[in-house]
Amino acid sequence: MVDPIKVYPSKPAKVYFYGTCLVDMFYPDAGIAGVELLEREGIEVLFPQDQTCCGQPAYTSGYHDQARSVAKAQLDLFPGDWPIVVPSGSCGGMMRKHYPDLFKDTPDEVKAAEVAGRVWELTDFLLNVCHIKLEDLGEPTTVAMHTSCSARREMGVAEVGPKLLGQLKNVNLVEQIRPEECCGFGGTFAVRHPEISGAMVSEKVETLVDTGAKEFVTTDCGCLMNIAGYAEKNHKPVSGQHILSFLWARTQGKGGQQS
Amino acid sequence: MSETAEHTGHHIDVKQFHPRAQAAIHNPKIRKNFRSAMDGLMSKRKTAFEGWDLETLRDLGANVRLRALANLPDLLEQLEEKLTENGIKVHWAVDADEACRIVRDICKARDAKTVIKGKSMVSEEMELNHYLEEQGIEALESDLGEYIVQLADETPSHIIMPAIHKNTGEISQLLHDKTGTDLSNDVEYLTASARQQLREKFMNADVGVSGVNFAVAETGTLCLVENEGNGRMTTTVPPCHIAVTGIEKVVPSMEDVSALLALLTRSATGQHITTYFNMISGPRKAEELDGPEEVHLVLVDNGRSAIYQDDELLDTLRCIRCGACMNHCPVYTRVGGHAYGTTYPGPIGKILMPHLIGLDEGRHLPSASSLCGACGEVCPVKIPIPDLLVRLRQESVDGDKLHPAKVRGHGAKRSSMEAMIWKGWAWMHASAGIYRFGTGAASKFRALQPSKAGAWTDYRTAPKLAAKTLHQRMKERGQ
Repeated sequence: MVDPIKVYPSKPAKVYFYGTCLVDMFYPDAGIAGVELLEREGIEVLFPQDQTCCGQPAYTSGYHDQARSVAKAQLDLFPGDWPIVVPSGSCGGMMRKHYPDLFKDTPDEVKAAEVAGRVWELTDFLLNVCHIKLEDLGEPTTVAMHTSCSARREMGVAEVGPKLLGQLKNVNLVEQIRPEECCGFGGTFAVRHPEISGAMVSEKVETLVDTGAKEFVTTDCGCLMNIAGYAEKNHKPVSGQHILSFLWARTQGKGGQQS
Repeated sequence: MSETAEHTGHHIDVKQFHPRAQAAIHNPKIRKNFRSAMDGLMSKRKTAFEGWDLETLRDLGANVRLRALANLPDLLEQLEEKLTENGIKVHWAVDADEACRIVRDICKARDAKTVIKGKSMVSEEMELNHYLEEQGIEALESDLGEYIVQLADETPSHIIMPAIHKNTGEISQLLHDKTGTDLSNDVEYLTASARQQLREKFMNADVGVSGVNFAVAETGTLCLVENEGNGRMTTTVPPCHIAVTGIEKVVPSMEDVSALLALLTRSATGQHITTYFNMISGPRKAEELDGPEEVHLVLVDNGRSAIYQDDELLDTLRCIRCGACMNHCPVYTRVGGHAYGTTYPGPIGKILMPHLIGLDEGRHLPSASSLCGACGEVCPVKIPIPDLLVRLRQESVDGDKLHPAKVRGHGAKRSSMEAMIWKGWAWMHASAGIYRFGTGAASKFRALQPSKAGAWTDYRTAPKLAAKTLHQRMKERGQ
């Protein structure tokens, strides 16, 4: 009944980096930023070149046979017992929360549960496993943050982004109204129900613009392409980036905990 | 197991969800009424739980419901036995039609001409009002929201606040047109005039029909939660009271009620307790001055026992009908309750209605969610609503050979086109070589990327392919 309590591992020497397909094709800078941040923390990053997609789009569309065949191809990518870090609450949630269900009653059941147990959302990992200390080198700025629903509710990391941004002395974090409300992305939902999704993202952008911040950061590239894409198309004065890109840009080349 | 009733009267085509949702989204009044109402309800709920260990309370609520459901058949028998001892006549209805006929037969036996109703979503599920009208029996709603909805010849747009889609001005106009009250924005005046009109109806009604929030098996008690006193009037003033409820509403003991009641009122309206909490334990006894001569309970299945057969879907039956899932749903907030075209709208409707009307009728319901999880997060009995939505999406496309679909009407949404797209997608993503070749080629020829991408670009710019994929960049870094 009770959601399992998160038990963070001690800081490992290595991690597997699961980039996600959206980062891979559209936002590789966010992925590289995550890798850089990890390496600055003294962690060796293993990037399995055979990774593709976690399978979530098919899973949430109900095509579980197809989701399982794609997810199965990911299960063998992490042979060591290092943690698997994911720059996305959504893909992280798929792997951590839904892989065990997806492979239940299959020969891969045990492996899937074992992999799932090692999956961490990357900002959570940086804050609570690496205990990262960020030194802000940037000019004073104001940002808003949108935590994805899956990062918030599946991975339970709603507090993490604000805490990381709070370490940056020149960054003023402002909160939009209804921060916990969905931006309307929802994967295939955005194209199956475009009007509803459009209504949701227009209100999300409106609340972000109302904060006065010219920039927002987010944990997930799905939300990012939705919110920033709406703002761009409708000429709204707010742009976005992945929180990892922002954190790396603000602290580039310095800081970090040498241990 | 039950087949759906062939509803008469005001049946709405559930399949027309898209056009109704679109119309609602472009209706500023609907948008404003729901947004402000839902904002208010969310904030009231939050305040009501301040100082409570909400997670522990939700665990308790979930466990109370799970335990009740685990023993459902036995509890129902015990309930029938106790109610019968208490002088309450118990009836079993396999579907909505049978439930309607039972109510009609009770009315006919008493030669009843008028029925006054307390709020009951199961009676909405039965479309009881229209059925009784067809039988020449007048049925009048006495809950203020239901009364307004009935005057407007509409259906409830919310399970707790049936007329939430209307603002004060619209209600004033409606009451003016239908009952001759003065136009006014004074809520007290409007309420008082409605109360005045209803009072007479109470005195003259032949039968009172109500719902039930909790049916206690151990004591044979029917609990009814309400705020307006109309529930008490409905169940005590007319000489005959008929309660209708779903078979899942039974709990073992009175002790179970306390946890569920604490969760129900706070989750629904942010109240610590409602103005009225009725515990009905039988008809008027010889020495008593008031109360009905006859009390009946109609236990309605209407698809519920089919849900009960499946260990996962069973969680749907935990619901205590607080409405918190719709109050917190970003989709419901945008489209309102009527867009769904179902008795129960919002997240609970999306997981419950497919069982009541068939997944073929309700094929668009499970997909109308961004799976944001707000519903599951606030559910007082921890129904994993997003997981059940995914399960129903799978059922609606017959998407899992390992777990064959079983909900009535499954597979109705499967199209050969979409199935082919996912097969192609799986082919590309299950093979790393093909994936790297495909994504690499897409990046290389990204200048050819179309600026339009279906419905996505109606609202947003298309995401831009990067010059090099993360795979390529990591390879260059030697990783």
